[in-house]
Amino acid sequence: MNTTNIRWSILCMAFFVSSHSSADELAALRQELNILREAYGQRISELEQKIFQLEEKAADSNLSPLPAAGTVPIRQTGNSFNPAISLVLDGQYAAYQQDPEDWQIPGLPLGGEAGLAEEGMSLGHSELSMSANIDDKFYGKLTVALAEHEGDLEVELEEAFFQTLGLPGGLTFKGGRFFSSVGYLNQQHDHVWDFIDAPLAYAVLFGNKYIDDGVQLSVLLPTDMYLETGIELLRGSRFPGGGDQQGAGSRVVYLTSGGDLGHSHSWQAGVSYMEQTIRGRTSVGHAHEDPVMEEIPEFKGDTDMFGINMVYKWAPGGYGRDQNLKIQLEYFDRGENGLVTMLDSDPLELSSLRSDVSGYYAQAVHRFNRNWRWGLRYDRLNPKSRGDDFEVLEEAGLLATGFDPKRYSAMVEWVPSEFSRVRLQYNQDKTLEHGNKQILLQYTFSLGDHQAHTF
Amino acid sequence: MTRSIYCALLLLFSLEVGASLKVFTCESEWAALTKTIGGDLVNVFSATSANQDPHFIEARPSLIARVRRADLLVCSGAGLEVGWLPLLLRKSANPRVQPGASGHFTATSHVSLLEKPTTLDRSQGDVHAAGNPHVHLDPDRMLIIGRALRDRMVQLLPESAAQLDSNFNNFEEKLTSMLERQSVEISKLAGTNIVVHHNSWVYLTDWLQLNQVATIEPKPGIPPTSNFLASLVRQLSAISVKHIIRAGYQNPRASKWLAGRIETPVRVLPYSPENWETEGALILWYQQILETLVLKGERE
Repeated sequence: MNTTNIRWSILCMAFFVSSHSSADELAALRQELNILREAYGQRISELEQKIFQLEEKAADSNLSPLPAAGTVPIRQTGNSFNPAISLVLDGQYAAYQQDPEDWQIPGLPLGGEAGLAEEGMSLGHSELSMSANIDDKFYGKLTVALAEHEGDLEVELEEAFFQTLGLPGGLTFKGGRFFSSVGYLNQQHDHVWDFIDAPLAYAVLFGNKYIDDGVQLSVLLPTDMYLETGIELLRGSRFPGGGDQQGAGSRVVYLTSGGDLGHSHSWQAGVSYMEQTIRGRTSVGHAHEDPVMEEIPEFKGDTDMFGINMVYKWAPGGYGRDQNLKIQLEYFDRGENGLVTMLDSDPLELSSLRSDVSGYYAQAVHRFNRNWRWGLRYDRLNPKSRGDDFEVLEEAGLLATGFDPKRYSAMVEWVPSEFSRVRLQYNQDKTLEHGNKQILLQYTFSLGDHQAHTF
Repeated sequence: MTRSIYCALLLLFSLEVGASLKVFTCESEWAALTKTIGGDLVNVFSATSANQDPHFIEARPSLIARVRRADLLVCSGAGLEVGWLPLLLRKSANPRVQPGASGHFTATSHVSLLEKPTTLDRSQGDVHAAGNPHVHLDPDRMLIIGRALRDRMVQLLPESAAQLDSNFNNFEEKLTSMLERQSVEISKLAGTNIVVHHNSWVYLTDWLQLNQVATIEPKPGIPPTSNFLASLVRQLSAISVKHIIRAGYQNPRASKWLAGRIETPVRVLPYSPENWETEGALILWYQQILETLVLKGERE
């Protein structure tokens, strides 16, 4: 109601009253009315003043709380609910003392992605990743890696999984293709690794990384200390598994714990166990020597593997942007027992095989200012194998020579921002007795969505 | 023997009931606000302290374990914690605090944000698409957020509505009266020229009507080069700057160098309340900022 309205109504009231009363009453009423008018006038001007002040304040500070959710006018377009997209560009230059084609680890045929990168300039994995919360109960992610191999474009499906967001009791269920929790490094994307190449243990045991199709059920315990345990049932057809699998050819259990020590130190440690039923893992053998008359070795048997991983991080005051240290160590011990057959051989060549491979790496990476990091890594493998026909094993490339491969690596990297990195790495590689010096230079760029990285 | 076990169990359960709401906050200002409103009803943990830049926190196992047990999560949002919070939430397996649940509270969704970028390009540095997320530096916004947080806590603890309400009213009254007492000083600050290290003080300059004439970082999150600093000195030679402002966790070198060149003191302001557990931490912190800018500004 504004001032004029009130005045009018008061006047009308006065007129109505005055026409029906005596002079005395009229005077009294008039007086009363005057008091009323004064009071109203004062109140109204106060209110006007207040409104003016509020308007001024609002205009000054632009301070208006958002309208309640639901009334916010959001323009609806077809791509409003697009998943977060991120792209990683990765390329490198490599120089080797020895021919990278000859690189092998005696007694341990390489599978999966393992092997040296091409000499000279080459592209690594260009990775495209999309992820989003599917609804309030599920999260989904897809990652494809594009790589060129001998002139052909290869599209690899690295990840395609869903996971639950809110099962009761700290449970999480994951299904699809995902990175197995069998090791610490195995759960990270290659571009997050601190060295350009995978540790030797990862190269021989997982073909750089163990990725498989299946399900994972994990539980995070409601304890002060981080304590997570889980089980994976995986198809087991991809390296290091193999063959046509009807059930879960690969079974993994793991336990991970972690915590802080004061403000500056944090740690994580885990153990894992993997069991595989291998229904036919083929490898290359000594193919390069005689590519035409190729007899492909195939292994069938059982695997069990035990792993330990430890990570320690130091960040002064819990803020590691300008200085931090990361030390990590992983150890694996794998035993295999089965039968090796040389496919297409006549007469059929076969041998029993018992092998035991243990391997570890230890590395430390130090960030000494905002834009620079450097690190050292030591790799070691200890392969042992025996069987009833040494000649067959030798031909299959599965006979350990008694030489323990090792490698020393050093790297330095320039990190202009969270999204870009250029890294130089030197390897003193002793996987073969004559040794191999390797120099690698790599760039890695992340575009699009700001991805959150695991510890 | 059995009786003493029963007693111990009973005691354990009664303790569980006593501490009602476990709250995980991303920054200490929200820890202070939650504690102020919640009082004894809440058990608060802050993921970061005033000495840490909340952009750059790792999703440490200890934090995942904390989120796992939280009933309420209070964070800034608007992309400030994008590098670690989504991962914590995903790994926490805790349905109570997932986005959309009543236990998920983001401060920036309750107030209007400044500096919404018109173009989004990482060549502009570390920009936030939703706007500047550092809203806690403005007490008016803090009150609006506090009111929304009180409502959320009432939703989670309906039986304690009266207590939450009175705690909030008490806070509102104290903060308002402190600001009124200081209103003369605050009005004197209007128009003061300042240089900031990182463009993270926009809500403070907005509140106190300061005049931010330059930033030491050429682009958000990108450290200055010596060329850039030299051009800054040239640019600032004609202007009288009263303060160079930087947060405790920001690298002191560039601001110190500049301070020597343009003969202006560096003010290290606490970016968040330092002892958020103590009573009145937020009000004390605003007061501390005012005193640094007003008193020290007058003395020199």
